[in-house]
Amino acid sequence: MNAPRPVSPRPTRIGARLLAAAGARLGPSLAAVAGAAVFGALLVLLIGENPFTAAAVAVRGVLGTPDGVGAVLFDATALIFTGLSVAFAFRAGLFNIGAEGQLLVGALSATVVALALPGLSRFVLVPLCVIAAAAGGAAWATIPGILRAKFGVHEVINTIMMNFIASGLTGYLTVHVLKDPGQMIPHTPTIPEAARIARLGDLPVPGNPIPTSSPANAALLLALAVAALAAWILARTPFGFRVRAVGQGETAARTAGVPTGRVLVGAMALAGAFAGLAGVNEVMGFRYRYLDNFTSGIGFLGIAVALLGRARPAGVVAAALLFGVLNAGAVEIDLFTEVPREVILVMQAGILLFVVAADEIARRIRRRGWRAGGGGA
Amino acid sequence: MDVEILLSAVRLATPLLFAALGGVISERSGVVNIALEGKLLAGAFAAAAFTHATGNPWFGVAGAIGAGMAIGALHALGSVWLRGDQIVVGVAINLLVVGLTQFLMGVMYGSNANTPLFRGFPPGGFLWFPPLVWGALLAVPAVHVLLSKTRFGLRLRATGEHPEAAESLGVNPLRVRIAAVILAGALAGIGGAYLALETSQFVKNMSAGRGFIALAGVFVGKWRPWGAAGACLFFGLAEASQIRLQGLGVPTQFVQMIPYVLTMVALAGFVGRSRPPASLGVPLSRER
Repeated sequence: MNAPRPVSPRPTRIGARLLAAAGARLGPSLAAVAGAAVFGALLVLLIGENPFTAAAVAVRGVLGTPDGVGAVLFDATALIFTGLSVAFAFRAGLFNIGAEGQLLVGALSATVVALALPGLSRFVLVPLCVIAAAAGGAAWATIPGILRAKFGVHEVINTIMMNFIASGLTGYLTVHVLKDPGQMIPHTPTIPEAARIARLGDLPVPGNPIPTSSPANAALLLALAVAALAAWILARTPFGFRVRAVGQGETAARTAGVPTGRVLVGAMALAGAFAGLAGVNEVMGFRYRYLDNFTSGIGFLGIAVALLGRARPAGVVAAALLFGVLNAGAVEIDLFTEVPREVILVMQAGILLFVVAADEIARRIRRRGWRAGGGGA
Repeated sequence: MDVEILLSAVRLATPLLFAALGGVISERSGVVNIALEGKLLAGAFAAAAFTHATGNPWFGVAGAIGAGMAIGALHALGSVWLRGDQIVVGVAINLLVVGLTQFLMGVMYGSNANTPLFRGFPPGGFLWFPPLVWGALLAVPAVHVLLSKTRFGLRLRATGEHPEAAESLGVNPLRVRIAAVILAGALAGIGGAYLALETSQFVKNMSAGRGFIALAGVFVGKWRPWGAAGACLFFGLAEASQIRLQGLGVPTQFVQMIPYVLTMVALAGFVGRSRPPASLGVPLSRER
């Protein structure tokens, strides 16, 4: 057991400690990004384009224009939520591949609540819808969680199954039950004004660079708060401690008296809640309605974000921002160069592969270092 | 029950069969194969590209096998050799193949939605079914024989149950697993080729989750070739009956959910005990 930390450390000590920890953990992630960047550049060269100009176009468009920054923040918000979802589950030793489904259910839940209670004031309706989104996602994730805790069924296959079931269920509900009549594309009617949250461009901050047309919205602030909450839960609560214990070794934890079943279900539920909250970003902050199967893969990208961020909330936020930049950059590249935007998707998959590889390579380097120093593995 | 529907079911089940047989092989060696989807898609794209370029669908099939094996090799590299987490590597490969096929499609044909049409096998084929369907039906007993009656199959199963014990008897689990995953890629690639050749083009993301349904078939079939085949045929039947069921008022979305719900139920143990190979998902030990 660790000795209790000092209650009020001086700021310099926190800073130094954070830096050391970050450095040790950043290595494989940075290497992975660099490797994927090289790979992407090679692909671009392959089709006869100049990777540096493509990159310059992307960076200029993404970070240099207000629209670009807004797009980055919007995508990053969704990725923070799904990344946290996968990351939190990881800490418990669980693989949550089901973020796609959880986020669909969460988004639809929020929409249903908003549509069902139009008369309420926004101070009641907004929190209710947020809770509905979290609850929907949590419920969806709890099912594989219980199957894992009670029947020992690996959550990977079950969460993947739940993704497809969610897609079918929400699709059915959107097309047959909730559909805005007379529309070709299946989506629900728009949610009432009171259920909508502010766009970032509308916030009365002096010198606000983000245009009001940008989809980036206040859900970003929620995402950052939730990330802080997740970090706090993991580091400072008994539940978080149990989650980490189970993640380090389920059998050992059980022997030590941790109620592993309950911890696993709880961790999945919380992970599902995080993913469901991504629905807030999409429905309450941007589209103001639920569009059938709107996700375009952010649940799966959340896996990459979680791994790149080493399953720590701060890392997840940073990785989400990076992927947001990549996503927005893909659009720029597509519009302004001859390079197809899929090169970014390939890069993102590459990052994931390289992270896995970098981990193992780092491990081998470390092992050789030990051997050289006389220690055994 | 209509003969029509049965024939249709077999045709629809064919890509699932190939992918599931590949899944059985790799999973029995201890490697979780989340990447079946990617291998199917890669095979479909390669088949489309090669058939379009050469005009001969058999070259397409050959190309598909090659592509499937290449993706399988990448999968093996990441998860067996580098001991990366098999699930993460699988997910990464699926994403990679989606991006790569769209990228290549855009570069080679100028569209990122579909390739130009090409002539597949002549319609009608041989005795109700195109040749690849027969291939799938024959592959089932072939894989069964491979697993249960050959030395390779024995080594494979041993690696899947207890790699350390197998190693002590002279089996190289690394090589066995790599071979298994590459073989799985080849089989799934053929399944993808069938998909593309049936529709005479490659459409983006045309595997549409079939790789996961095939994986579900592996689980429901308890990791045995005949069991997986039965499950896949059942899923094909469900898809074939969609129109009929829709007429009865069951919405398409619910019919499409059948394979997934069935898998979850089977895994929870309601359909007999479901016991995976003991070393499934466990990376090979680092003490060498």
